[in-house]
Amino acid sequence: MSSNSGYVEEAPLVKGNHTFSSITALVADIVEKPTPFWWYIAFGISNLLLGLLFAMLGYLIWEGTGVWGLNNTVAWGWAIINFVWWVGIGHAGTLISAVLFLFRQGWRTAINRFAEAMTIFAVMCAGIFPAVHVGRIWVIYWVFPLPNQMQMWPNFNSPLLWDVFAVSTYFTVSLLFWYVGLIPDLATLRDRVKNKLAAKIYGIFALGWTGGNRQWQHYEKSYMILAGIATPLVLSVHTIVSFDFAVSIIPGWHTTIFPPYFVAGAIFSGFAMVMTLMIIARKIYGLEDIMTIDHIEKMNIIILVTGWMVGFAYIMEFFIAWYSGVEYEKFAFVNRAIGPYAWAYWIMMSCNVIAPNFFWFKKMRRSIPVSFVLSIVVNIGMWFERFVITVTSLAQDFLPGSWAYYSPTWVDVLTYVGTFGLFFSNFLLFLRFLPMIAIAEVKMVMPQADPHYYDEDGNEPKKSDQINEPNIKA
Amino acid sequence: MDHNNAENKKVFAVLAEFENPGKLMKAAKLVSRAGYAKFDAHSPFPIHGMDDAMGLKESKLGWIVLSHALVGFSGGLALQVWASTYAYPINIGGRPFMNLPAFVPVTFELTILLSAFAAVFGMLFLNNLPKHHNSIFNSDNFNRVTDDKFFICVETDDPLYNEEETEKFFQDCGCVSYEKVYE
Repeated sequence: MSSNSGYVEEAPLVKGNHTFSSITALVADIVEKPTPFWWYIAFGISNLLLGLLFAMLGYLIWEGTGVWGLNNTVAWGWAIINFVWWVGIGHAGTLISAVLFLFRQGWRTAINRFAEAMTIFAVMCAGIFPAVHVGRIWVIYWVFPLPNQMQMWPNFNSPLLWDVFAVSTYFTVSLLFWYVGLIPDLATLRDRVKNKLAAKIYGIFALGWTGGNRQWQHYEKSYMILAGIATPLVLSVHTIVSFDFAVSIIPGWHTTIFPPYFVAGAIFSGFAMVMTLMIIARKIYGLEDIMTIDHIEKMNIIILVTGWMVGFAYIMEFFIAWYSGVEYEKFAFVNRAIGPYAWAYWIMMSCNVIAPNFFWFKKMRRSIPVSFVLSIVVNIGMWFERFVITVTSLAQDFLPGSWAYYSPTWVDVLTYVGTFGLFFSNFLLFLRFLPMIAIAEVKMVMPQADPHYYDEDGNEPKKSDQINEPNIKA
Repeated sequence: MDHNNAENKKVFAVLAEFENPGKLMKAAKLVSRAGYAKFDAHSPFPIHGMDDAMGLKESKLGWIVLSHALVGFSGGLALQVWASTYAYPINIGGRPFMNLPAFVPVTFELTILLSAFAAVFGMLFLNNLPKHHNSIFNSDNFNRVTDDKFFICVETDDPLYNEEETEKFFQDCGCVSYEKVYE
């Protein structure tokens, strides 16, 4: 190697002079400290919204789907938009926990627990919409292959049925993955909390974990396998969600670009949601040493990249519509940009394609207010993307005689608002009672966790020997 | 925990504490080389290279997962073929009943679902979890294994265990503390 090549030290993943035990204290003490006052207020508001959700669902089930703004032309409205939006947000959690794990991205450890919790609650919110939109919720069991008196079986040719399997598998696997990750940390809480009852409850869920290497061996294997199967799973879920559209023959939906484009959009909006939640949580709980500004920058780069993937897909759709020579396709796309829903299209374009470009600048990527505002802008844009896809293609279909304009009703709007109640009620409970950062995993990426960090006799290196100690974790 | 009548109880295991992952790994190598079989190295996080240091064989979890994946795959496919061609054939514009491309998504999802169950419950099975009682928790010091302490535990029913020799062995390994854990 030439003499002018040098070793560039990687920035440490954990800032500040932390020891293993100070990391434990930083995260686990949040659970032990008395509940902060703001938590009760936030939880109260979330519960009110949750109540609103139940009221709206009750009203919907009582009255029927006529209370929504759907009409004969536009038979899919906010329900499917909200479903795709929430499930897309959830995908970032799996991406962070599984895909970044396979790529050995040590920085994921600061945010994976958090993001996985977000996944689970987002998928819960998403799952509500396809379930209630069937109208007769009391026969929803027809979508499952259950033996019944009518000797009836589901139609396995239907993308909507694939969705049932995809989303329910996704929820189950996310929950299992999250729980496996939690086991060592639940054991930490079991050994730590002073309250006897709490220690007992954490103890039950920690399953008797002792941290023995004979346990870690199988545990790490299990984690690796789960990451390996969650990766194709997350891609398949949003692919199948896009099949709900792409397998139909509606102009604007029937395109092969949908699966990758939906997956990119899901990652885009999911990272934005993680960012929104993380910026609030790190500030409130003083976790800036673990969820560092470097994490924010890395996530902003992913938002920029996926934002451009989505932008590329928007442009490609137009090109293919023109190139295909199909009149209806051409009309569908021109109509999006200048038709009755042009306002929605341009909100989508500005939020998703224009706004993320601020992140080309390092200063913007590392600015907390800019990241916070843009993360919300991105999620507004991604909601509108689903609105544009769903509504514009249906509202102006093949026959001008059946064209119609779709607007939501107050029930549509309040149901959507109510799902935030479900999401935040769960999320606040998670912040309060579970370690929001994967304690064991953060310790693992600290340099002193590596046995090679120590000298031959197992002593800590002196400060002078410590220069350029590589942070190897593989 | 109450240790007042500890003398009357049987010693379950001995617990040697080490300062850091480096020393723990070194000690684990020595323990394994000395021929101990019923020992384990406890740490707050997995330590890279410890499996080799302890001389552990590769985890068999992958085979458990593979077998479940195959069940999920073949079961999922069989369910769809059976339901669509035999139990409830639906004629949609004369399209074939056995429409294999359309069966891919559900087959795939069921493969993943069963693999995930196998990965989690197989792991718990191999780890002998959930375990509602483990005498190792009788050590008060052991509470911090999930925080920042590192231990090697040798069970007394290991054929090589000898009250004095094992203690001397660990003292020579450079342990910080050494204690007996009672049942």
